[in-house]
Amino acid sequence: MAYSDKVIDHYENPRNVGSLDKSDETVGTGIVGAPACGDVMKLQIKVEDGVITDAKFKTYGCGSAIASSSLVTEWVKGMKVEDAMQIKNSQIAEELSLPPVKIHCSVLAEDAIKAAIADYQKRQKPGD
Amino acid sequence: MTVKTPIYLDYAATCPVDPRVVDKMVPYFSQAYGNAASRTHAFGWAAEEAVENAREELAKLIGADAKEITFTSGATESNNLAIKGVAEYLHEQGNHIVTLVTEHKAVLDTCKHLERHGHEVTYLPVAPDGRVTAQQVADAIGPKTVLVSVMFANNETGVLQPIAEIGKVCHDKQVLFHTDAVQAYGKIPIDVEAMSIDIMSMSAHKIYGPKGVGALYVRRRRPRVRLAPQIHGGGHERGNRSGTLNVPGIVGFGEAARIAREDMPEESARIVRLRNRLRDRLRQAVQHVTLNGSEEQVLPGHLNMSFEYIEGESLLMALKDVALSSGSACTSASLEPSYVLRAMGLNDELAHSSLRMTIGRFTTEQEVDYVVELIEKHVKRLRDMSPLWEMVQEGIDLNSIQWAAH
Repeated sequence: MAYSDKVIDHYENPRNVGSLDKSDETVGTGIVGAPACGDVMKLQIKVEDGVITDAKFKTYGCGSAIASSSLVTEWVKGMKVEDAMQIKNSQIAEELSLPPVKIHCSVLAEDAIKAAIADYQKRQKPGD
Repeated sequence: MTVKTPIYLDYAATCPVDPRVVDKMVPYFSQAYGNAASRTHAFGWAAEEAVENAREELAKLIGADAKEITFTSGATESNNLAIKGVAEYLHEQGNHIVTLVTEHKAVLDTCKHLERHGHEVTYLPVAPDGRVTAQQVADAIGPKTVLVSVMFANNETGVLQPIAEIGKVCHDKQVLFHTDAVQAYGKIPIDVEAMSIDIMSMSAHKIYGPKGVGALYVRRRRPRVRLAPQIHGGGHERGNRSGTLNVPGIVGFGEAARIAREDMPEESARIVRLRNRLRDRLRQAVQHVTLNGSEEQVLPGHLNMSFEYIEGESLLMALKDVALSSGSACTSASLEPSYVLRAMGLNDELAHSSLRMTIGRFTTEQEVDYVVELIEKHVKRLRDMSPLWEMVQEGIDLNSIQWAAH
Protein backbone atom coordinates (compact mmCIF):
# COMPACT_ATOMS: atom_id res chain seq x y z
CA MET A 1 0.00 0.00 0.00
CA ALA A 2 1.50 3.30 -1.05
CA TYR A 3 0.79 6.05 1.45
CA SER A 4 0.75 9.78 0.94
CA ASP A 5 3.60 11.78 2.42
CA LYS A 6 1.18 13.32 4.93
CA VAL A 7 0.14 9.91 6.27
CA ILE A 8 3.76 8.88 6.60
CA ASP A 9 4.62 12.16 8.33
CA HIS A 10 1.82 11.78 10.88
CA TYR A 11 2.67 8.14 11.37
CA GLU A 12 6.36 8.75 11.93
CA ASN A 13 5.91 11.95 13.93
CA PRO A 14 2.50 11.66 15.47
CA ARG A 15 1.23 14.87 17.11
CA ASN A 16 -0.30 14.85 20.57
CA VAL A 17 0.18 11.23 21.54
CA GLY A 18 -0.72 10.66 25.17
CA SER A 19 -3.47 10.87 27.72
CA LEU A 20 -5.29 13.53 29.70
CA ASP A 21 -6.72 12.93 33.15
CA LYS A 22 -10.10 11.43 32.38
CA SER A 23 -11.48 12.28 35.82
CA ASP A 24 -10.90 16.00 35.16
CA GLU A 25 -14.29 17.64 34.58
CA THR A 26 -12.95 19.74 31.74
CA VAL A 27 -11.78 16.66 29.86
CA GLY A 28 -13.89 14.62 27.46
CA THR A 29 -12.84 11.12 26.40
CA GLY A 30 -14.01 9.22 23.34
CA ILE A 31 -13.05 5.62 22.62
CA VAL A 32 -14.27 4.17 19.32
CA GLY A 33 -13.59 1.11 17.22
CA ALA A 34 -12.94 -2.49 18.23
CA PRO A 35 -9.79 -4.60 18.52
CA ALA A 36 -11.37 -7.30 16.38
CA CYS A 37 -11.76 -4.82 13.53
CA GLY A 38 -8.12 -3.82 13.77
CA ASP A 39 -8.58 -0.27 15.00
CA VAL A 40 -9.36 1.43 18.30
CA MET A 41 -9.00 5.18 18.81
CA LYS A 42 -8.96 7.02 22.10
CA LEU A 43 -9.28 10.76 21.69
CA GLN A 44 -9.36 13.24 24.56
CA ILE A 45 -10.05 16.97 24.63
CA LYS A 46 -9.64 19.56 27.33
CA VAL A 47 -12.15 22.42 27.13
CA GLU A 48 -11.91 25.87 28.66
CA ASP A 49 -14.60 28.50 28.02
CA GLY A 50 -16.02 26.53 25.12
CA VAL A 51 -12.64 26.27 23.41
CA ILE A 52 -10.58 23.09 23.06
CA THR A 53 -7.26 23.96 24.61
CA ASP A 54 -5.61 20.55 24.47
CA ALA A 55 -6.13 17.23 22.68
CA LYS A 56 -4.43 13.88 23.02
CA PHE A 57 -4.85 10.53 21.32
CA LYS A 58 -3.81 6.92 21.42
CA THR A 59 -4.57 4.63 18.51
CA TYR A 60 -4.32 0.93 17.86
CA GLY A 61 -4.57 0.51 14.12
CA CYS A 62 -2.95 0.86 10.76
CA GLY A 63 -0.90 3.82 9.60
CA SER A 64 -3.97 5.61 8.23
CA ALA A 65 -5.80 5.25 11.53
CA ILE A 66 -2.86 6.67 13.45
CA ALA A 67 -2.49 9.53 10.95
CA SER A 68 -6.24 10.33 11.01
CA SER A 69 -6.34 10.62 14.77
CA SER A 70 -3.08 12.57 14.90
CA LEU A 71 -4.44 15.03 12.33
CA VAL A 72 -7.73 15.51 14.19
CA THR A 73 -5.99 16.37 17.45
CA GLU A 74 -3.94 18.94 15.57
CA TRP A 75 -7.04 20.46 14.00
CA VAL A 76 -9.23 20.70 17.08
CA LYS A 77 -6.72 22.44 19.31
CA GLY A 78 -7.89 26.05 19.61
CA MET A 79 -11.23 25.27 18.02
CA LYS A 80 -14.59 26.03 19.57
CA VAL A 81 -16.42 22.89 20.60
CA GLU A 82 -19.30 23.57 18.22
CA ASP A 83 -16.82 23.99 15.33
CA ALA A 84 -15.07 20.74 16.20
CA MET A 85 -18.48 19.04 15.97
CA GLN A 86 -18.57 20.03 12.31
CA ILE A 87 -15.41 18.14 11.30
CA LYS A 88 -16.27 15.67 8.55
CA ASN A 89 -14.49 12.48 7.72
CA SER A 90 -14.27 13.59 4.11
CA GLN A 91 -12.08 16.53 5.15
CA ILE A 92 -9.71 14.17 6.95
CA ALA A 93 -9.62 11.73 4.04
CA GLU A 94 -8.96 14.57 1.62
CA GLU A 95 -6.18 16.13 3.70
CA LEU A 96 -4.40 12.76 4.03
CA SER A 97 -5.25 11.56 0.49
CA LEU A 98 -6.54 8.29 1.93
CA PRO A 99 -7.23 5.54 -0.60
CA PRO A 100 -10.86 4.25 -0.73
CA VAL A 101 -10.01 1.13 1.30
CA LYS A 102 -8.82 3.35 4.17
CA ILE A 103 -11.77 5.78 4.29
CA HIS A 104 -13.11 3.97 7.36
CA CYS A 105 -10.09 5.27 9.29
CA SER A 106 -11.26 8.85 8.73
CA VAL A 107 -14.81 7.87 9.69
CA LEU A 108 -13.44 6.50 12.93
CA ALA A 109 -11.54 9.73 13.62
CA GLU A 110 -14.73 11.75 13.11
CA ASP A 111 -16.56 9.38 15.46
CA ALA A 112 -13.79 9.75 18.01
CA ILE A 113 -13.93 13.54 18.21
CA LYS A 114 -17.74 13.44 18.37
CA ALA A 115 -17.58 10.86 21.16
CA ALA A 116 -15.06 12.96 23.09
CA ILE A 117 -17.26 16.05 22.79
CA ALA A 118 -20.36 14.09 23.83
CA ASP A 119 -18.51 12.82 26.87
CA TYR A 120 -17.37 16.33 27.76
CA GLN A 121 -20.91 17.71 27.40
CA LYS A 122 -22.36 14.94 29.53
CA ARG A 123 -19.95 15.86 32.28
CA GLN A 124 -21.11 19.47 32.23
CA LYS A 125 -24.74 18.57 33.04
CA PRO A 126 -25.40 19.86 36.55
CA GLY A 127 -26.96 17.80 39.30
CA ASP A 128 -25.87 14.35 38.15
CA MET B 1 26.21 -2.33 13.29
CA THR B 2 25.97 -1.69 9.59
CA VAL B 3 23.51 -3.76 7.66
CA LYS B 4 22.56 -3.16 4.08
CA THR B 5 18.90 -2.27 3.77
CA PRO B 6 16.29 -3.12 2.64
CA ILE B 7 16.39 -6.54 4.27
CA TYR B 8 14.45 -9.32 2.60
CA LEU B 9 12.58 -11.57 5.04
CA ASP B 10 9.80 -12.72 2.73
CA TYR B 11 11.29 -15.84 1.16
CA ALA B 12 7.94 -17.62 1.40
CA ALA B 13 6.51 -15.10 -1.05
CA THR B 14 9.30 -15.45 -3.56
CA CYS B 15 13.09 -15.70 -3.73
CA PRO B 16 15.82 -13.97 -5.66
CA VAL B 17 16.99 -16.20 -8.49
CA ASP B 18 20.26 -17.83 -7.53
CA PRO B 19 23.10 -16.46 -9.72
CA ARG B 20 24.06 -20.04 -10.63
CA VAL B 21 20.53 -20.52 -11.92
CA VAL B 22 20.67 -17.35 -14.00
CA ASP B 23 23.98 -18.44 -15.57
CA LYS B 24 22.46 -21.72 -16.57
CA MET B 25 19.37 -20.10 -18.09
CA VAL B 26 21.00 -17.37 -20.15
CA PRO B 27 22.10 -19.45 -23.19
CA TYR B 28 18.56 -20.72 -23.66
CA PHE B 29 17.19 -17.29 -24.48
CA SER B 30 19.08 -16.40 -27.62
CA GLN B 31 21.53 -19.19 -28.42
CA ALA B 32 19.84 -22.51 -27.75
CA TYR B 33 16.42 -21.00 -28.36
CA GLY B 34 14.81 -23.98 -30.06
CA ASN B 35 11.31 -25.25 -29.44
CA ALA B 36 11.58 -28.42 -27.38
CA ALA B 37 8.85 -29.90 -29.56
CA SER B 38 10.81 -29.42 -32.81
CA ARG B 39 12.02 -32.87 -33.77
CA THR B 40 13.52 -31.97 -37.13
CA HIS B 41 16.63 -29.98 -36.24
CA ALA B 42 19.44 -29.48 -33.74
CA PHE B 43 17.85 -26.40 -32.16
CA GLY B 44 14.88 -28.48 -31.08
CA TRP B 45 17.01 -31.39 -29.96
CA ALA B 46 19.18 -29.16 -27.78
CA ALA B 47 16.11 -27.62 -26.15
CA GLU B 48 14.55 -31.02 -25.60
CA GLU B 49 17.69 -32.37 -24.02
CA ALA B 50 17.88 -29.40 -21.65
CA VAL B 51 14.26 -29.88 -20.65
CA GLU B 52 14.77 -33.59 -20.03
CA ASN B 53 17.82 -32.91 -17.87
CA ALA B 54 15.79 -30.50 -15.80
CA ARG B 55 12.95 -33.00 -15.53
CA GLU B 56 15.46 -35.52 -14.21
CA GLU B 57 16.68 -33.05 -11.58
CA LEU B 58 13.16 -32.27 -10.37
CA ALA B 59 12.35 -35.96 -10.09
CA LYS B 60 15.58 -36.81 -8.27
CA LEU B 61 14.75 -34.38 -5.49
CA ILE B 62 11.59 -36.33 -4.56
CA GLY B 63 12.49 -39.90 -5.45
CA ALA B 64 10.35 -39.91 -8.58
CA ASP B 65 10.86 -40.94 -12.20
CA ALA B 66 11.45 -38.14 -14.72
CA LYS B 67 8.43 -39.32 -16.72
CA GLU B 68 6.28 -38.42 -13.74
CA ILE B 69 7.04 -34.69 -13.97
CA THR B 70 4.74 -32.37 -15.94
CA PHE B 71 5.86 -28.79 -16.40
CA THR B 72 3.33 -26.00 -15.95
CA SER B 73 3.29 -22.21 -15.73
CA GLY B 74 3.44 -22.28 -11.93
CA ALA B 75 1.99 -23.89 -8.86
CA THR B 76 -1.41 -22.26 -9.23
CA GLU B 77 -1.77 -24.01 -12.55
CA SER B 78 -0.39 -27.22 -11.03
CA ASN B 79 -3.02 -27.14 -8.29
CA ASN B 80 -5.76 -26.43 -10.82
CA LEU B 81 -4.61 -29.24 -13.07
CA ALA B 82 -4.31 -31.72 -10.20
CA ILE B 83 -7.70 -31.06 -8.65
CA LYS B 84 -9.82 -30.31 -11.70
CA GLY B 85 -7.94 -32.96 -13.67
CA VAL B 86 -8.75 -35.72 -11.18
CA ALA B 87 -12.28 -34.51 -10.51
CA GLU B 88 -13.08 -34.46 -14.21
CA TYR B 89 -11.36 -37.73 -15.06
CA LEU B 90 -12.98 -39.65 -12.21
CA HIS B 91 -16.39 -37.97 -12.29
CA GLU B 92 -18.13 -41.27 -12.92
CA GLN B 93 -16.49 -42.82 -9.86
CA GLY B 94 -17.39 -40.09 -7.41
CA ASN B 95 -17.66 -36.40 -6.78
CA HIS B 96 -16.25 -35.87 -3.30
CA ILE B 97 -13.01 -34.11 -2.41
CA VAL B 98 -11.38 -33.75 1.02
CA THR B 99 -9.15 -30.77 1.73
CA LEU B 100 -8.20 -28.32 4.53
CA VAL B 101 -9.56 -24.93 5.52
CA THR B 102 -5.99 -23.59 5.59
CA GLU B 103 -5.05 -24.51 2.02
CA HIS B 104 -3.73 -21.89 -0.37
CA LYS B 105 -6.36 -20.04 -2.39
CA ALA B 106 -5.22 -21.87 -5.51
CA VAL B 107 -6.63 -25.05 -3.93
CA LEU B 108 -9.61 -23.53 -2.09
CA ASP B 109 -10.89 -21.51 -5.03
CA THR B 110 -10.45 -24.48 -7.35
CA CYS B 111 -12.52 -26.57 -4.94
CA LYS B 112 -15.17 -23.84 -4.73
CA HIS B 113 -15.33 -23.81 -8.51
CA LEU B 114 -15.92 -27.56 -8.52
CA GLU B 115 -18.65 -27.19 -5.88
CA ARG B 116 -20.51 -24.93 -8.28
CA HIS B 117 -20.32 -27.74 -10.81
CA GLY B 118 -21.79 -30.51 -8.69
CA HIS B 119 -18.83 -31.64 -6.61
CA GLU B 120 -18.91 -31.93 -2.86
CA VAL B 121 -15.96 -30.77 -0.82
CA THR B 122 -15.13 -31.39 2.83
CA TYR B 123 -12.94 -28.69 4.34
CA LEU B 124 -11.25 -30.20 7.39
CA PRO B 125 -10.56 -27.91 10.35
CA VAL B 126 -7.09 -27.71 11.91
CA ALA B 127 -5.95 -27.79 15.53
CA PRO B 128 -4.58 -24.63 17.21
CA ASP B 129 -1.09 -25.68 16.11
CA GLY B 130 -2.29 -25.63 12.49
CA ARG B 131 -2.22 -29.39 11.97
CA VAL B 132 -4.75 -31.94 10.83
CA THR B 133 -4.55 -35.64 11.74
CA ALA B 134 -4.56 -38.62 9.42
CA GLN B 135 -7.55 -39.87 11.40
CA GLN B 136 -9.53 -36.74 10.48
CA VAL B 137 -8.74 -37.44 6.83
CA ALA B 138 -9.69 -41.12 7.19
CA ASP B 139 -13.00 -40.19 8.79
CA ALA B 140 -13.82 -37.75 6.03
CA ILE B 141 -13.27 -40.23 3.20
CA GLY B 142 -16.50 -41.77 1.93
CA PRO B 143 -17.55 -44.02 -0.94
CA LYS B 144 -17.73 -41.07 -3.33
CA THR B 145 -14.35 -39.58 -2.42
CA VAL B 146 -12.01 -39.36 -5.42
CA LEU B 147 -9.30 -37.05 -4.09
CA VAL B 148 -7.65 -35.88 -0.90
CA SER B 149 -5.72 -32.63 -1.25
CA VAL B 150 -3.65 -31.62 1.80
CA MET B 151 -0.85 -29.10 1.63
CA PHE B 152 2.62 -30.22 2.67
CA ALA B 153 3.43 -27.02 4.56
CA ASN B 154 1.39 -23.89 5.05
CA ASN B 155 2.53 -20.72 3.32
CA GLU B 156 1.69 -18.38 6.21
CA THR B 157 2.88 -20.43 9.17
CA GLY B 158 5.18 -23.05 7.65
CA VAL B 159 3.33 -25.72 9.65
CA LEU B 160 3.86 -29.22 8.26
CA GLN B 161 1.04 -31.72 7.85
CA PRO B 162 1.53 -35.45 8.59
CA ILE B 163 1.90 -36.20 4.89
CA ALA B 164 3.19 -39.78 5.11
CA GLU B 165 0.37 -40.78 7.46
CA ILE B 166 -2.25 -39.13 5.29
CA GLY B 167 -0.71 -40.77 2.22
CA LYS B 168 -1.00 -44.17 3.86
CA VAL B 169 -4.66 -43.56 4.73
CA CYS B 170 -5.36 -42.59 1.13
CA HIS B 171 -3.61 -45.62 -0.32
CA ASP B 172 -5.34 -47.96 2.11
CA LYS B 173 -8.68 -46.49 1.07
CA GLN B 174 -7.68 -46.29 -2.60
CA VAL B 175 -8.25 -42.57 -2.89
CA LEU B 176 -5.83 -40.38 -4.80
CA PHE B 177 -3.65 -38.08 -2.71
CA HIS B 178 -2.54 -34.66 -3.93
CA THR B 179 -0.30 -32.36 -1.94
CA ASP B 180 0.51 -28.73 -2.63
CA ALA B 181 4.21 -28.81 -1.78
CA VAL B 182 5.09 -25.33 -2.99
CA GLN B 183 6.59 -24.25 0.32
CA ALA B 184 8.18 -27.59 1.23
CA TYR B 185 9.70 -28.71 -2.09
CA GLY B 186 13.46 -28.20 -1.99
CA LYS B 187 13.41 -27.15 1.67
CA ILE B 188 12.96 -30.50 3.42
CA PRO B 189 13.35 -34.11 2.26
CA ILE B 190 10.37 -35.41 0.29
CA ASP B 191 10.01 -38.98 -0.93
CA VAL B 192 6.89 -39.64 -2.98
CA GLU B 193 7.21 -43.41 -2.44
CA ALA B 194 7.69 -43.38 1.31
CA MET B 195 5.00 -40.73 1.68
CA SER B 196 2.51 -42.34 -0.72
CA ILE B 197 2.04 -39.12 -2.66
CA ASP B 198 0.18 -39.49 -5.97
CA ILE B 199 0.19 -35.92 -7.25
CA MET B 200 2.29 -33.01 -6.04
CA SER B 201 2.48 -29.33 -6.97
CA MET B 202 5.84 -27.54 -7.11
CA SER B 203 7.08 -24.10 -8.00
CA ALA B 204 10.45 -22.84 -9.23
CA HIS B 205 10.48 -19.36 -7.73
CA LYS B 206 10.19 -20.61 -4.16
CA ILE B 207 13.50 -22.43 -4.55
CA TYR B 208 15.59 -19.64 -6.10
CA GLY B 209 14.42 -20.40 -9.62
CA PRO B 210 12.54 -18.11 -12.00
CA LYS B 211 8.87 -17.10 -11.72
CA GLY B 212 6.41 -18.48 -14.22
CA VAL B 213 7.49 -22.13 -14.02
CA GLY B 214 5.92 -24.87 -12.00
CA ALA B 215 5.55 -28.60 -12.14
CA LEU B 216 3.22 -31.37 -11.18
CA TYR B 217 4.36 -34.79 -10.09
CA VAL B 218 1.89 -37.34 -11.46
CA ARG B 219 2.38 -40.94 -10.30
CA ARG B 220 2.68 -43.52 -13.10
CA ARG B 221 2.60 -46.78 -11.20
CA ARG B 222 0.65 -48.14 -8.24
CA PRO B 223 -1.63 -46.42 -8.92
CA ARG B 224 -1.36 -44.91 -12.38
CA VAL B 225 -2.86 -41.43 -12.10
CA ARG B 226 -4.74 -39.99 -15.04
CA LEU B 227 -5.76 -36.37 -15.36
CA ALA B 228 -8.18 -34.64 -17.68
CA PRO B 229 -6.05 -31.88 -19.24
CA GLN B 230 -7.17 -28.35 -18.51
CA ILE B 231 -5.21 -26.67 -21.29
CA HIS B 232 -5.77 -28.21 -24.70
CA GLY B 233 -3.56 -27.93 -27.74
CA GLY B 234 -0.51 -29.63 -29.13
CA GLY B 235 -0.45 -32.49 -26.64
CA HIS B 236 2.81 -31.50 -24.93
CA GLU B 237 3.81 -33.04 -21.60
CA ARG B 238 2.22 -36.41 -22.42
CA GLY B 239 -1.04 -34.67 -23.12
CA ASN B 240 -1.30 -33.41 -19.54
CA ARG B 241 -0.50 -29.83 -20.42
CA SER B 242 -0.32 -28.39 -23.90
CA GLY B 243 1.71 -25.34 -24.78
CA THR B 244 5.26 -24.66 -25.94
CA LEU B 245 7.63 -25.32 -23.09
CA ASN B 246 9.28 -22.41 -21.32
CA VAL B 247 12.75 -23.80 -21.95
CA PRO B 248 14.89 -21.18 -20.13
CA GLY B 249 12.50 -21.27 -17.18
CA ILE B 250 12.54 -25.05 -17.03
CA VAL B 251 16.34 -25.11 -17.26
CA GLY B 252 16.42 -22.68 -14.33
CA PHE B 253 13.98 -24.82 -12.37
CA GLY B 254 16.19 -27.87 -12.94
CA GLU B 255 19.31 -26.07 -11.78
CA ALA B 256 17.46 -24.72 -8.73
CA ALA B 257 16.36 -28.27 -7.89
CA ARG B 258 19.91 -29.57 -8.27
CA ILE B 259 21.30 -26.92 -5.93
CA ALA B 260 18.51 -27.56 -3.43
CA ARG B 261 19.26 -31.29 -3.43
CA GLU B 262 23.00 -30.87 -2.99
CA ASP B 263 22.87 -28.07 -0.42
CA MET B 264 19.80 -29.07 1.56
CA PRO B 265 21.37 -30.67 4.65
CA GLU B 266 23.78 -27.80 5.24
CA GLU B 267 21.44 -25.06 4.15
CA SER B 268 18.42 -26.13 6.15
CA ALA B 269 20.53 -26.47 9.30
CA ARG B 270 21.82 -22.92 8.79
CA ILE B 271 18.34 -21.53 8.14
CA VAL B 272 16.85 -23.32 11.17
CA ARG B 273 19.58 -21.79 13.32
CA LEU B 274 18.83 -18.29 12.03
CA ARG B 275 15.06 -18.76 12.40
CA ASN B 276 15.47 -20.00 15.97
CA ARG B 277 17.75 -17.09 16.75
CA LEU B 278 15.12 -14.66 15.43
CA ARG B 279 12.34 -16.43 17.35
CA ASP B 280 14.22 -16.70 20.63
CA ARG B 281 15.57 -13.16 20.57
CA LEU B 282 12.15 -11.71 19.80
CA ARG B 283 10.68 -13.66 22.70
CA GLN B 284 13.40 -12.27 24.92
CA ALA B 285 13.16 -8.69 23.72
CA VAL B 286 9.42 -8.26 23.50
CA GLN B 287 6.76 -9.25 26.00
CA HIS B 288 3.29 -10.40 24.94
CA VAL B 289 4.47 -12.06 21.77
CA THR B 290 3.04 -15.39 20.66
CA LEU B 291 4.19 -17.95 18.14
CA ASN B 292 1.53 -18.95 15.61
CA GLY B 293 1.57 -22.62 14.70
CA SER B 294 3.52 -25.66 15.79
CA GLU B 295 7.00 -24.95 17.11
CA GLU B 296 8.39 -28.34 16.06
CA GLN B 297 6.43 -29.36 12.96
CA VAL B 298 7.42 -26.39 10.86
CA LEU B 299 9.56 -25.56 7.83
CA PRO B 300 13.12 -24.35 8.52
CA GLY B 301 12.68 -20.74 7.43
CA HIS B 302 9.20 -19.82 8.65
CA LEU B 303 8.34 -17.71 11.66
CA ASN B 304 4.86 -16.34 12.31
CA MET B 305 4.34 -14.31 15.46
CA SER B 306 1.70 -12.01 16.90
CA PHE B 307 2.67 -8.86 18.74
CA GLU B 308 -0.29 -8.18 20.98
CA TYR B 309 -1.88 -4.73 21.21
CA ILE B 310 -0.29 -3.59 17.96
CA GLU B 311 -1.92 -3.71 14.58
CA GLY B 312 0.25 -5.59 12.07
CA GLU B 313 0.15 -3.10 9.26
CA SER B 314 1.33 -0.25 11.45
CA LEU B 315 4.25 -2.43 12.49
CA LEU B 316 5.04 -3.22 8.86
CA MET B 317 5.01 0.50 8.16
CA ALA B 318 7.54 1.02 10.93
CA LEU B 319 9.69 -1.77 9.53
CA LYS B 320 9.81 -0.14 6.14
CA ASP B 321 13.38 -1.27 5.56
CA VAL B 322 12.41 -4.89 6.07
CA ALA B 323 10.35 -6.87 3.58
CA LEU B 324 7.90 -9.10 5.40
CA SER B 325 4.18 -9.76 5.45
CA SER B 326 1.32 -9.58 7.92
CA GLY B 327 -1.87 -11.47 8.61
CA SER B 328 -3.51 -8.15 9.27
CA ALA B 329 -6.66 -7.31 7.37
CA CYS B 330 -5.27 -3.92 6.56
CA THR B 331 -2.66 -5.38 4.26
CA SER B 332 -5.25 -7.24 2.23
CA ALA B 333 -7.74 -5.86 -0.24
CA SER B 334 -10.57 -7.79 1.42
CA LEU B 335 -10.04 -6.28 4.90
CA GLU B 336 -10.44 -9.77 6.36
CA PRO B 337 -7.67 -10.93 8.68
CA SER B 338 -5.78 -14.09 7.74
CA TYR B 339 -8.18 -17.03 7.31
CA VAL B 340 -5.31 -19.39 8.10
CA LEU B 341 -4.70 -17.87 11.54
CA ARG B 342 -8.46 -17.58 12.18
CA ALA B 343 -8.83 -21.30 11.38
CA MET B 344 -6.21 -22.05 14.05
CA GLY B 345 -8.45 -20.38 16.59
CA LEU B 346 -6.70 -17.03 16.83
CA ASN B 347 -9.08 -14.19 17.51
CA ASP B 348 -9.25 -11.35 15.00
CA GLU B 349 -7.14 -9.20 17.27
CA LEU B 350 -4.20 -11.60 17.31
CA ALA B 351 -4.56 -12.22 13.59
CA HIS B 352 -4.38 -8.45 13.02
CA SER B 353 -1.19 -8.35 15.08
CA SER B 354 0.71 -11.05 13.23
CA LEU B 355 3.88 -10.88 11.19
CA ARG B 356 5.27 -13.55 8.89
CA MET B 357 9.03 -13.54 8.69
CA THR B 358 10.63 -16.04 6.33
CA ILE B 359 14.33 -16.64 6.15
CA GLY B 360 16.24 -17.99 3.19
CA ARG B 361 19.49 -18.70 1.43
CA PHE B 362 20.87 -15.17 1.56
CA THR B 363 19.78 -14.14 5.06
CA THR B 364 22.62 -13.29 7.45
CA GLU B 365 22.92 -13.36 11.21
CA GLN B 366 23.55 -9.61 11.17
CA GLU B 367 20.26 -9.06 9.39
CA VAL B 368 18.41 -11.17 11.93
CA ASP B 369 19.89 -9.22 14.83
CA TYR B 370 19.14 -5.92 13.16
CA VAL B 371 15.50 -6.92 12.62
CA VAL B 372 15.15 -7.96 16.27
CA GLU B 373 16.42 -4.54 17.38
CA LEU B 374 14.13 -2.77 14.97
CA ILE B 375 11.05 -4.74 16.03
CA GLU B 376 11.84 -4.24 19.71
CA LYS B 377 12.12 -0.49 19.21
CA HIS B 378 8.96 -0.09 17.17
CA VAL B 379 6.82 -2.43 19.22
CA LYS B 380 7.63 -0.25 22.19
CA ARG B 381 6.84 2.94 20.29
CA LEU B 382 3.54 1.59 18.93
CA ARG B 383 2.47 0.18 22.28
CA ASP B 384 3.10 3.57 23.87
CA MET B 385 0.64 4.82 21.28
CA SER B 386 -1.87 1.98 21.76
CA PRO B 387 -5.00 2.54 23.88
CA LEU B 388 -5.27 -1.24 24.29
CA TRP B 389 -1.79 -1.46 25.80
CA GLU B 390 -2.69 1.40 28.15
CA MET B 391 -5.83 -0.43 29.30
CA VAL B 392 -3.91 -3.63 29.86
CA GLN B 393 -1.34 -1.72 31.92
CA GLU B 394 -4.23 -0.33 33.98
CA GLY B 395 -5.39 -3.86 34.62
CA ILE B 396 -8.49 -3.68 32.41
CA ASP B 397 -9.59 -6.94 30.81
CA LEU B 398 -10.12 -6.09 27.13
CA ASN B 399 -12.69 -8.87 26.82
CA SER B 400 -14.84 -7.18 29.46
CA ILE B 401 -15.39 -4.16 27.23
CA GLN B 402 -18.36 -3.89 24.91
CA TRP B 403 -16.67 -2.82 21.71
CA ALA B 404 -18.72 -1.28 18.95
CA ALA B 405 -17.93 -3.26 15.83
CA HIS B 406 -17.70 -1.13 12.75
